[in-house]
Amino acid sequence: MSALLIRFGGLFTRDAAADRVVPPEGFTVRLTVFTAAAMAFLTVFALALSLAAGRLATTWGQELALASTLRISAPAGQQEAQTEAALRVLSQTPGVASARALTDEEQKALLEPWFGPGLPIESLPVPRLIEIVETEDGFDGEGLRLRLQAEVPGAVLDEHTRWRRPLVAAASRLRLLGWVSIALIGAATGAMVTLAANAALAANRKVIEVLRLVGATDGYIAGAFVRRFTLRTFTGAAAGMLAGMLAILFMPGGGEAGGFLTGLRFQSWHWLLPLLVPPLAALVAYAATRIAARRVLESLT
Amino acid sequence: MIELDNVAYSYSGGALLAGMSLQLAPGSFHFLTGPSGAGKTTFLKLCYGALRPTGGALRLFGSDIAAMDRDAVALMRRRVGVVHQDCQFLDHLPVADNIALPLTVSGQASPDQGANLRELMTWVGLSDRAGALPPELSGGERQRAALARALILSPEVILADEPTGNVDWEMSQRLLRLLIELNRMGKTVLIATHDMALIRAAKAQVSARVLRIAGGTLQTAGAEL
Repeated sequence: MSALLIRFGGLFTRDAAADRVVPPEGFTVRLTVFTAAAMAFLTVFALALSLAAGRLATTWGQELALASTLRISAPAGQQEAQTEAALRVLSQTPGVASARALTDEEQKALLEPWFGPGLPIESLPVPRLIEIVETEDGFDGEGLRLRLQAEVPGAVLDEHTRWRRPLVAAASRLRLLGWVSIALIGAATGAMVTLAANAALAANRKVIEVLRLVGATDGYIAGAFVRRFTLRTFTGAAAGMLAGMLAILFMPGGGEAGGFLTGLRFQSWHWLLPLLVPPLAALVAYAATRIAARRVLESLT
Repeated sequence: MIELDNVAYSYSGGALLAGMSLQLAPGSFHFLTGPSGAGKTTFLKLCYGALRPTGGALRLFGSDIAAMDRDAVALMRRRVGVVHQDCQFLDHLPVADNIALPLTVSGQASPDQGANLRELMTWVGLSDRAGALPPELSGGERQRAALARALILSPEVILADEPTGNVDWEMSQRLLRLLIELNRMGKTVLIATHDMALIRAAKAQVSARVLRIAGGTLQTAGAEL
């Protein structure tokens, strides 16, 4: 692997005059540059998606961990009493670190995104919410539910962990999907470069014959093609990466009201990650062209 | 330098050459003749490792070709200058770059190669055609450019396949003079040709051995030449 990397690095220092032995024009030039640019653009988006999904999974996991909600839906005259009874039960329940009833203002803020500001919450039969914070060990949900059923008939326990797990799993799966997409894009880039290199090698059969006639080794001939495709891929990927980063940059940022899609922007040092795309694409092109060239040269013996 | 010991070559369609034995000694001059399709080009290709014999032993500069990989053959080929009838150039490169190609591929290109290149191009009469592209050259110019390219690495052996096939008599005499001059410099020369007049003209100037391929075997031509 290190030998491969040393040879790969040599591409950028080798005498470029040697490249002139391969004719400069051909449809493979445009094909390779365009493919590399498109793939790099998609890679940047897949990367942004994957990182955003990762952030989402982490946020959901952190925000919802060790938290539950108790909802008191009782007739207007009994709500206050049932809330106090519920708080008393909770204070006696092992595994409950703290419990407090949300204020009217807090409940109003929760409902605002749906009903707008100025909601007369006092005149509406809105259930009272009690926020429960669990200890590390957590509480016995089934036991608490049974006790509340007996002592606070209007209480409904909502354990966040129950619905948190599938959400976090979904976000994690989405992150994995992003990485799989990047791997597939890399493989597709390799396949496309291989096709283009094969076409170029076939179209330059006469060039190969001449080079062999004058004593060129397979390594030299392969190198001329490998260097060309690697640099083209690098150039295309750099353009695609820049376009992808600009597109991500101009996406609206994720604010408090922002959803998943508006939070696709890279954050902090993650902006550096797309810079890896062009060299990695060039590495893929290097390996693909090298294998293709070796195979074609062998078949031309 | 080049030794064939009972060499045979067959392809999928059948046997082409058989029982070929020959030694090309340093400084010798050979002609290889025979009817079209007799196997002259195949014989030359065997001599510079473009083809491998299917029987017998072939030694190039003391090494058995059977034990050489493709890179070893490529390195050996730098010691042999080959001139093809169709010349085979890189059409996108100027003539000077084509002639310097063996230097480029062998990593011997250097800033002071310009003087040697100009000297060689003057010697073959192409000093004013350095910037031309190969398709712009006449048949004779192409042959001389191919000869110059074959000589740029100062090889020990020159193999020429019908070098006068596409040129007029005057040009063929000029090329012959160049090849004889090279032989006098100590190069081994083998020319495959069916041009008997050329062979006769050469024998008047140089001690040349004439070989003939007929019926798939190699014979020494008689005194009829």
